[in-house]
Amino acid sequence: MSDTTLEVQGLSTHFLTRAGVVRAVEDISFSVGRGRVLGLVGESGSGKSVTGFSVIGLVDPPGQIVRGKILFQGRDLTKLDERELQDLRGNRIAMIFQDPMMTLNPVLRIDTQMIETVLAHDNVSREEARQRSRDALGMVGIPSPDERLVSYPHQFSGGMRQRVAIAIALLHRPDLIIADEPTTALDVTIQAQILAEVQKLAREVGTALIWITHDLSVIAGLADDIAVMYAGRIVESGSVAEVLDRPMHPYTHGLIGSVPSRNARGTRLRQIPGMTPSMLNLGPGCAFRARCARADAACAADPPQSAPSAGRTLRCFHPQLEMTA
Amino acid sequence: MSATSHDAAPMPPKQETPFRRFVSEYSESPVAVASFVLVVLIVSIALLAPFISPQNPYDLAQLDIMDGRQPPGSKSLEGLTFWLGTDDQGRDMLSGIMYGLRISLGVGAGSAVIACVIGTALGLIAAFAGGKTDTGIMRLVDLQLSFPAILVALMILAFLGKGVMNVMLALVIVEWARFARTARSAALVEARREYMEAAQCLALPKWRLVFRHMLPNCMPPIIVIFTILVARSITLEATLSFLGLGVPITEPSLGLLIANGYQYMLSGKYWISFYPGIALLVTIMAINLVGDQMRDVLNPRLKR
Amino acid sequence: MTTWMLRRLIQAAFVMLVMTVIVFIGVNVIGDPVEILISPEADQAERARAVAALGLDKPLWEQYWRFLSGALQGDLGRSFVFNEPALKLIAQRMPATLELAITAVLLSVILGIPLGLYAGLRPNSIGGRAIMGASILGFSLPTFWVGLMLIMVFAVQLGWLPSTGRGPTRELFGVQWSFLTWDGLRHMAMPALNLALGNIALVLRLTRAGVRENLPMDYVKFARAKGISPNRVVFVHVLKNILIPIVTVVGLEIGGLIAFAVVTESVFAWPGMGKLIIDSINVLDRPVIVAYLMMIVLLFVVINLIVDLLYTVLDPRVRLETKE
Ligand SMILES: Nc1ncnc2c1ncn2[C@@H]1O[C@H](COP(=O)(O)OP(=O)(O)OP(=O)(O)O)[C@@H](O)[C@H]1O
Ligand code: SF4
Ligand SMILES: [Mg+2]
Repeated sequence: MSDTTLEVQGLSTHFLTRAGVVRAVEDISFSVGRGRVLGLVGESGSGKSVTGFSVIGLVDPPGQIVRGKILFQGRDLTKLDERELQDLRGNRIAMIFQDPMMTLNPVLRIDTQMIETVLAHDNVSREEARQRSRDALGMVGIPSPDERLVSYPHQFSGGMRQRVAIAIALLHRPDLIIADEPTTALDVTIQAQILAEVQKLAREVGTALIWITHDLSVIAGLADDIAVMYAGRIVESGSVAEVLDRPMHPYTHGLIGSVPSRNARGTRLRQIPGMTPSMLNLGPGCAFRARCARADAACAADPPQSAPSAGRTLRCFHPQLEMTA
Repeated sequence: MSATSHDAAPMPPKQETPFRRFVSEYSESPVAVASFVLVVLIVSIALLAPFISPQNPYDLAQLDIMDGRQPPGSKSLEGLTFWLGTDDQGRDMLSGIMYGLRISLGVGAGSAVIACVIGTALGLIAAFAGGKTDTGIMRLVDLQLSFPAILVALMILAFLGKGVMNVMLALVIVEWARFARTARSAALVEARREYMEAAQCLALPKWRLVFRHMLPNCMPPIIVIFTILVARSITLEATLSFLGLGVPITEPSLGLLIANGYQYMLSGKYWISFYPGIALLVTIMAINLVGDQMRDVLNPRLKR
Repeated sequence: MTTWMLRRLIQAAFVMLVMTVIVFIGVNVIGDPVEILISPEADQAERARAVAALGLDKPLWEQYWRFLSGALQGDLGRSFVFNEPALKLIAQRMPATLELAITAVLLSVILGIPLGLYAGLRPNSIGGRAIMGASILGFSLPTFWVGLMLIMVFAVQLGWLPSTGRGPTRELFGVQWSFLTWDGLRHMAMPALNLALGNIALVLRLTRAGVRENLPMDYVKFARAKGISPNRVVFVHVLKNILIPIVTVVGLEIGGLIAFAVVTESVFAWPGMGKLIIDSINVLDRPVIVAYLMMIVLLFVVINLIVDLLYTVLDPRVRLETKE
């Protein structure tokens, strides 16, 4: 098996709404290797979730993938029919959703929702499916899983529900997990426990992970690589060590500057001035230029993707090489 | 409406009054406009029936039993064409329908108006008085609405006996509760608006507040409910008359016309029931469609 | 759970009590009790005797007490027309009405849910739009007129189905039922459909609205992300969610159907209690009227109780709340 689990090339996902075209994801490329963790960061509305849904083929209408390839273990997912995708979903590729309160069906018991996932892909007995569901619940640190299996979602807290969702994602030990801000609702100790569990899985089973988050400190501790999204594009990517230590894109600088731990105690958190542009009918040019201190006339054109060093990409005319104080 | 002296002041030619906006938004749907035209037409026919109908169906002198149960298009002994045929009494169905519409619309709209006045008043009282009065009125409304209209109407007719007045009373009793509920919730929303607070600060008398300020602003949802309930009253009256509990046989509404034709339908003389049925249907559908569109236009939640 | 049940039972009993008061007042205060309770054919002396026998010269509260204790013992007077206990008459006719109403409920679920699912899953297809258009008709067409048209088309013109009556019946649990014979079923087809029409439209719209509302929810997307089949997503995940409001509404509508059977039974000459009540109103057979009203209110209260119970069984969220 090749070392690259997922390779996305030039992916564009647009929403053709009545008000106009929303280019939620525009010409992005990245790859995740076996057992590696890619952190996908960016502010709200930058297209992170849409990227994830594009990969598992669950973009809501009126959205659709308009260009690009999604190569999963060499197979282009955009070419597969619904039936083939269904076989992969939940089996080889799993996704954990952003809002744990909404992801579980409120009127079905946890065991129903877990067992059906096992049975959808493996020809095993109900008893064995239940056993595997129980083990998965134990793995994500849910106490007395037997009792919990016969509960309904509303009997769980948000954090517990997210752990159930994570357990469901782990059921088939998938080759790729897309985790959409999975730990935001969890408290710090649980978060650490889950991160450790996931890392273990990545190492032992070779699962590749796309970890979507706002939280750079999670990325710093967990991910191998990072891709920074802004207004539907990946503006900078590379290994975590390099990008966080020597960021080049002004937006990445801004993101790092706004992480609390990097600021001296007592000084105000530095915010990136300005607002995310509306994605509706976004014109050409660097989308960040309205908020960028380095912007000039050149930035009215689309900055092309460059490779400042091996394994790194960048979309900016005037990279910022020194750290801002 | 406005005094002439005001008209002299320079004004933009097309002022965006709420009414104008309502009209323009309402007109966006061709079906709704057509329905409105139809309603106007139907009401005109009902009002003008004595002048435009070929025959006075209540005047027994004009009827000839020999003309009974003639199919549509046949001619009477005196050369009058029965476009929609005749009933068993030799009554021209077209005339019968025109006069029947009068009664159906009259009973339907009349009871809806009375129910509207009573219900709205009680709704406003409930909203304003609050406390025990409010709870009492609303309990009554709930009890009323938890039983189907037909059952309540049957109960009242069972106590009072049949007849037009009793049918109208039954319709009023069936419908006041919906008006009360609508008026109360609209009033509660209005009560929280700034102008109410402002008016209260000016220490205007309470009744003045209710009638001059609050009621006009509560009107839109009440008008919508009114339209829909007129259609429902007409249906219910027709149903009760069909069951023989409503209007007297001498002045039949559409429902009774249909009932009269029922026995002949089995022998294939369909027109006696069929055409009054179509008239009833068109009337109800048109009013309902008008009500639907008004609801869509006036409902603030659906506003873009 | 038990305290909740107890509270609902007390509530139900209270509603029944209120209804006896309303019916009592309706009969004794609004109407003329002498005319209502004594056969119109009775002469002067008979009247006086009956007034004394019925206790109409006693104070109102005492009369009410007699009425109530009579009602509790199943004694609601005798029919003038049939000269039989009114309650017995109603009870004899009730199976025919219940049979019709229950068939109508089944029809509205069996037809309404699939049509609603289709219209909800394919809202822009021709079929979906046609279904919605037809449902508007289903709401605004007067029941009795639709019944006439059914008779005209299927009985008179095509001759496929019998126009009126109940057809042959067969006994089960000591009661006569139409649905046990083929000809009985043929007799029931049109009245049941006629009665169901409004409810089919209602269930259809509820289902469609539920599908439209639930499909964009995250739990549906998550279910799909688990790789389970589209059929299971719709028929287990989505349907289970929309079934809760549907069951509630349909359950509450059963009472309405029984009341509305009055119209359908008159059109199709179906010998149920609805037909009986219309005949009784027409000939002023007031004891039967009173018995009918009390009976139907009882049915209403019982049905509401059952629906409440069913609701708690279906919806785990409510179930647990009431348990605690
Ligand atoms: N169904 C939809 N219709 C139209 N536009 C959509 C739809 N779903 C998403 N979008 C657009 O796509 C863009 C990206 O959304 P996405 O959910 O991927 O953001 P995100 O990066 O995940 O943000 P967050 O951190 O808030 O989850 C947004 O600007 C949004 O307006
Ligand atoms: S391209 Fe120009 S505007 Fe965009 S980030 Fe770089 S410098 Fe700023
Ligand atoms: Mg997101």
